[in-house]
Amino acid sequence: MKKLLTGNSAVSHAVMLARVQVISAYPITPQTTIVEELSEFVADGRLKAKFIRVESEHSALASVAAASAAGVRVFTATSSHGLAYMHEMLHWTSGSRLPVVMVNANRAIGAPWNIWCDHSDSLSQRDTGWIQLYCQSAQEALDTVIQGYRIAEEVLLPVMILEDGFFLSHTSENVDVPEQKEVDAFLPPFQPRYKLDPQEPHTFNIMADPTKFISFKFAAQKAMEDAQKVIAQVDREFKSRFGRGYGSMTKINLADAEVVLFTLGTAASTALEVVKELRKQGKKVGLCRLRQFRPFPTAEICGVLQDVRKIAVLDRDNSLGAGGILAQELKAALFALGRRPKVFEYIAGLGGRDITPQDIQEIFMSTLQKPQPPASPIWIGVEK
Amino acid sequence: MKAKDLAEEYLFSGHGFCPGCSVPIVLRTVFHVLGQKTIVVLTAGCFGTNSGTFPISPINLPAYNTTFPSAAAAASGVRAALEMLGDEDTNVVAIAGDGGTFDIGLQALSAAAERNDDFIFICYDNEAYMNTGIQRSSATPWGAWTTTTPAANLKNQPKKDIAQIMAAHRIPYLATASVAYPEDFQRKIQKAKEIRGFKFIYAFAPCPVGWRFPSDLTINLARLAVQTKIFPLYEVENGEKYHLNIEPEGIPVKEYLKMQGRFAFLREGDLEQIQENIDRAWQKLWQKIASP
Repeated sequence: MKKLLTGNSAVSHAVMLARVQVISAYPITPQTTIVEELSEFVADGRLKAKFIRVESEHSALASVAAASAAGVRVFTATSSHGLAYMHEMLHWTSGSRLPVVMVNANRAIGAPWNIWCDHSDSLSQRDTGWIQLYCQSAQEALDTVIQGYRIAEEVLLPVMILEDGFFLSHTSENVDVPEQKEVDAFLPPFQPRYKLDPQEPHTFNIMADPTKFISFKFAAQKAMEDAQKVIAQVDREFKSRFGRGYGSMTKINLADAEVVLFTLGTAASTALEVVKELRKQGKKVGLCRLRQFRPFPTAEICGVLQDVRKIAVLDRDNSLGAGGILAQELKAALFALGRRPKVFEYIAGLGGRDITPQDIQEIFMSTLQKPQPPASPIWIGVEK
Repeated sequence: MKAKDLAEEYLFSGHGFCPGCSVPIVLRTVFHVLGQKTIVVLTAGCFGTNSGTFPISPINLPAYNTTFPSAAAAASGVRAALEMLGDEDTNVVAIAGDGGTFDIGLQALSAAAERNDDFIFICYDNEAYMNTGIQRSSATPWGAWTTTTPAANLKNQPKKDIAQIMAAHRIPYLATASVAYPEDFQRKIQKAKEIRGFKFIYAFAPCPVGWRFPSDLTINLARLAVQTKIFPLYEVENGEKYHLNIEPEGIPVKEYLKMQGRFAFLREGDLEQIQENIDRAWQKLWQKIASP
């Protein structure tokens, strides 16, 4: 059924359709309306779940992780400082191999205070062992939450689904909300392989000494590698049932492109319009919007970008002293290629600053004109 | 009570606690009463570290290790999951030391108590960060030596009154407990098991290594703590109804203090000060017990 939904409401509907059993969350802008709506769904009985109203994000993830270990499907949502406050539990949850699904509405991290979108919050958690899927539309957010449970429960790693704060979380779009019975057929009830069970007692997260610890981490690495295939299979099956698939990235006009813009999230929607306009003017430009940031699809990226001469990376984040995180990841992935594209780095849109069509057009034109990338990333929108 | 009356054992050798440690006695007492239908949540601290090394666990109950601040939050999650699975019988018990209760765990503990989530929280209080090597916590008593309150700078603040903090949450049931009084301890666990909502059991846990006393005196010290009124045994229902379980003899506190190396650096007048503080705390508690 078509409904006019914000990104956050699309997420709430997906959580209901996934028949999540335990939810725990702490309010933070711009995530809050997800858990407000879920509270309504639980209160009026549309979703049969327990909702634990915790005192912090750390406890939100601690409680849903433990509920997952006890054998139920769980959900939490957060943003920004909340995600940072979860940091210890992010590691703990993936280390425990628990299939938790979380939505993070991307928001800058202070100081100074800022409630608007950028990707610093989730990208700075890239090493915590979570699958990370970045969405571009409310429809994709809904679909990805449903896919997320299939992926997490198959590979036993947690899944973090990212939506741009306000640009996606609070913007209404037409969303096709699937029927419950269709979702049930795609996503059966959670069947835990391991759980806290008095009939078969096991101790979870026991001490692993220096001879054992590395083997746990290697097993998790293998699971993350398997996730590449599982994410693709789940997406294909989803597409066959619901008619929508996303792949690990969106590829627009890559075949003959001289410059490809490489980015995450909603900036790609703006970029798509700019690409269409520049193509009309005969400029050979393309767009690659990365959906799957973890596991990083290195082989596929190398495959699709190896013949491109120049890539302009649009990072909505910055790692002080090292540059944009997406650019770093891309450059590392391309290193294996013999003849590598030139990577031009742009930092824009921090703390919710608009990334306008003009900004993106300038990125394309500047990348087309310059023979070599400058020594350091170009920052867009810094006051003189 | 005779050994043959003891219930099924759920904590086995190989746990790694120090000789003379009171914590395994606390754990065995709790597990004996709760029985097989129990899920244990544990956290960093002496229990977390001594809960076995992969692949051998000494705990014959399903147990979930969580991060240091999270014992209460994780137990809330386990209870919520059991409710969704239609399991009304299984006990959920969170177990933490004084660090995981008084300090880093207090926020999540307070929140779970305020929500009145249905589980038992056990604090084993050995009055410092013993697992990391005897650093002061907010449970360390005034005048005690630890590695972060050395002889020249002994702890100069009184111990945090965690029982009163929990009573202020008006939880259905709160009790102090001692390994020196096993029948009283068992009765309290049994009572907690039968009450729905949040239960807090506060167990005194002498530590031979950290308190600097011979490892065969653990029970003697635990008994002296009760009899000197340093650790009175009482219960509180709904934050209001106080009940004293063991009438203390009122042995002078110096008898308790002189057995422990951690109090070897007290200066002149300190003993009298400690006695005065203990007497004052007892008077305040007695007012609550005596008032109808």
